[in-house]
Amino acid sequence: MDYASLIPVNIITGFLGSGKTTLLQRMLASPQLADSAVLINEFGEVGLDHHLLQTLDEQTVLLQSGCVCCTIRGDLKTAVRDLFSRRERGEVPPFRRLLIETTGLADPSPIIYTILAEPVIQNHFRLGNVVTTVDAVNCLRQFDQYPETVKQVAVADRLVVTKTDLADPEQTSALVAALRRINPAAPLVKSAEDAIEPNDLLVSDVYQADEKMNEVRRWLAEESTRGAPAGADHGHGHAASRNGVSRHAQDIESFCLTFEGSLDWSAFGIWLTMLLNTHGENVLRVKGLLNVQDLATPVVIHGVQHLIHPLVHLDSWPDDDRRSRVVFIVRGLSRERIEASLAAFNRLGESASRTIGEPPAAPATK
Amino acid sequence: MCALCGIVGGGEHWTDGAKDFPGGEGRTRQQERQRRVRMVNKVLAHYGLSLSDWQSSTFVLKSHTGQSAIVPNLTEMWAAAQWMTKRPCDPLDPELIAALERGDTH
Repeated sequence: MDYASLIPVNIITGFLGSGKTTLLQRMLASPQLADSAVLINEFGEVGLDHHLLQTLDEQTVLLQSGCVCCTIRGDLKTAVRDLFSRRERGEVPPFRRLLIETTGLADPSPIIYTILAEPVIQNHFRLGNVVTTVDAVNCLRQFDQYPETVKQVAVADRLVVTKTDLADPEQTSALVAALRRINPAAPLVKSAEDAIEPNDLLVSDVYQADEKMNEVRRWLAEESTRGAPAGADHGHGHAASRNGVSRHAQDIESFCLTFEGSLDWSAFGIWLTMLLNTHGENVLRVKGLLNVQDLATPVVIHGVQHLIHPLVHLDSWPDDDRRSRVVFIVRGLSRERIEASLAAFNRLGESASRTIGEPPAAPATK
Repeated sequence: MCALCGIVGGGEHWTDGAKDFPGGEGRTRQQERQRRVRMVNKVLAHYGLSLSDWQSSTFVLKSHTGQSAIVPNLTEMWAAAQWMTKRPCDPLDPELIAALERGDTH
């Protein structure tokens, strides 16, 4: 199955009143999204005039693991399956993209999980960019009161800061700094000042053949603009406290682990599956460019909580840097412990290789 | 589902998606699979568990007390391991990290 050929699903999330529907309305006016279907949780004050619009009633089915992020949302499952059946029967136009607008209070994880893991849906759809709207006037306060808002920011592929024309510049700067700490790799636009380009926000993603290199470059650029060497900014704690960021936001830390040399793929897989099994609920995002032993070109890894998306192979390196770089956005997990653990697992590859007569290859963390 | 063994086949797991085989070191997919099992067993030894390959299609996880589970991939293996040991199999556990560093997980 060619993953890139599946119908992309974009999730538009953000707190109540943060401008999700307004953003959607602006984007749907673009001819680029003319053949998109839209699922929304509720009709809000902003009317959407779109030919393929359907509402959802929330109903969740908790899976055996008992983890909130691993729930299949029954309403979404039914709606997406039904929409696809109608598309196949020719009852609705053959839409080529699906947009889902969540409720403001929604934890986006079950929606992401439903798209990635529901047995029927995953054969026809793939996850596209998650776009999170953030209200410049109220968001910092909402971080404190509603932990869902922090999670909505952490899982975003694109951040849209709204109402900057109503907020004072210091307020906006403090918010942008907080957003950067929580999610350094997501490009950020201000809807009152910047152009809203559906192509940049929704269409361009790591599974588009002609865009994946640019997308990875974007991650790396956003990460490097943080200034300090990746990983040196611990993202929360003292710096966050100084800026008055809420405790929910302080719980979330983002960092980038960088490895010299190549990674042993089997060791990395053993380690990451084990980490996600135990701590997946608290690993909000993993994004990385890996230099894998025996491969001349890099592999892109991309995951949300317990789930890793299908891997992407790049045809070449995006720059001269041949190190593996993995960005983690985690809640309450120690960067040092993660780094030490991965280094210890990597050394498993040395002895396993030696038993079949291969030289050791040990990447050193930096 | 395999008509002979009755095992439900799933899609490819992400850990199997990084390489075309034979790899640069000349390993076949099967050799890499066996190498992976050896590496996993170094970690599982810490919990009194062991893994073996079955027909290059699935894995069998066993405990020292005789429990066993058929698991298709590493993700499901860790869930089964946790269920068997009744404790978290945590890669961030300092005792596990120290044991791996010492190389005494055999």
